[in-house]
Amino acid sequence: MSPKTAQIRLVSSHPEVYEPCDDSFALVDALLADRTNILDHCPRLCLEVGCGSGYVIASLALMLGQELPGVYYFATDINAHALRVTRETLDAHAVDAELLCMDIASGLEKRLAGMVDVMVVNPPYVPTPDYEVGREGIASAWAGGENGRSVIDRILPVADRLLSDKGWLYMVTLTTNDPSQICLLMRKKGYASRIVVQRSTEEESLHIIKFWRDSDIQLDTKEILTTNKSVPARVKDSLVSQFSQLSFWRGTNSNCL
Amino acid sequence: MRLFTHNMLSSNIKGVANGFPLRIEVDQVVEKQVDFHPDFLRNMFPKLEWKALVDAARTMGYTELPEEADSSMLESEEFLRKLHHALLELHLEEGALVCPETGRKFPVNKGIPNMLLHEDEV
Ligand SMILES: C[S@@+](CC[C@H](N)C(=O)[O-])C[C@H]1O[C@@H](n2cnc3c(N)ncnc32)[C@H](O)[C@@H]1O
Repeated sequence: MSPKTAQIRLVSSHPEVYEPCDDSFALVDALLADRTNILDHCPRLCLEVGCGSGYVIASLALMLGQELPGVYYFATDINAHALRVTRETLDAHAVDAELLCMDIASGLEKRLAGMVDVMVVNPPYVPTPDYEVGREGIASAWAGGENGRSVIDRILPVADRLLSDKGWLYMVTLTTNDPSQICLLMRKKGYASRIVVQRSTEEESLHIIKFWRDSDIQLDTKEILTTNKSVPARVKDSLVSQFSQLSFWRGTNSNCL
Repeated sequence: MRLFTHNMLSSNIKGVANGFPLRIEVDQVVEKQVDFHPDFLRNMFPKLEWKALVDAARTMGYTELPEEADSSMLESEEFLRKLHHALLELHLEEGALVCPETGRKFPVNKGIPNMLLHEDEV
């Protein structure tokens, strides 16, 4: 791990704000693993949806900062306390981001469409009854509704709208979210995907998936749309096998979530 | 909130056709110096709504931006410095953003705009 990001300190906390946990660490590890690619990619605008304590956005700003100083960072959260904690985390590490309290990226969708080069999301992904989703307080940090997909499924079209042609999305998913189906959904929008980091806890397996627009897939998708064919079986199989192999993998145990 | 962000924000209340630009109500502006990166400015210039930026800067007390701008001005360091200051160094610390169509106010506290909508607005 880069020595700089390893130093992210939790300078502030709040009972209603999600503390960095295995999923946050896995997401930052994925960004670190892909750091040289991101640097080569020269992003101008980066966005985190659901920044919580600010651990991820501060790490991203620190790991890119030295080589890419002129990058503009946005971070949103639906929880106003989270943004205040994020502000303190950023200040303590001498990095900066524009913080916005909003549902996903609702106030940015019009004007920022097609401009975001790197988008990172550790969404609320735990399967819960639907009524727990998006309520005030800490529950909205994890409550993901049926199969943990209700917020994720609202984020995907927003990502598609906001990402630039060369834009990348990094997202945390759980096996129960059916990540291969998420990849298929994104494939229909013209995105290729790859697992950057995989990690298992006692009960669950986390995947950090990277999505990017792929012109071959876009051609494929056009064909599917015009000829009304479904996604070729070989694609489906390869996506499914990517994930099913991983669910047997066991890493360090965890007691968060 | 910086004015670059203001230029990218709109009100998305149900039924609002074009919630841009949000009107700014100022209680407190703070200035924070940041490093000058002309490449960022050149890249973002084509995406800016110029009039919205000029008006917003004026509301925040900065009147140095020209009323009209075109990309040939990006050659001038003086212009870039002004753009840099307006976009990235002026912060609305306390105040509100007002939807141009409905008048609904979105508060800005400690530099953080609260754009959350009420149930009957989504
Ligand atoms: C699992 S936590 C991740 C926090 C932080 N990014 C991290 O990795 O440690 C999910 C975050 O998303 C926020 N969130 C939930 N629903 C949201 C929504 N509809 N729009 C924006 N943020 C949301 C929660 O408040 C919470 O801070």
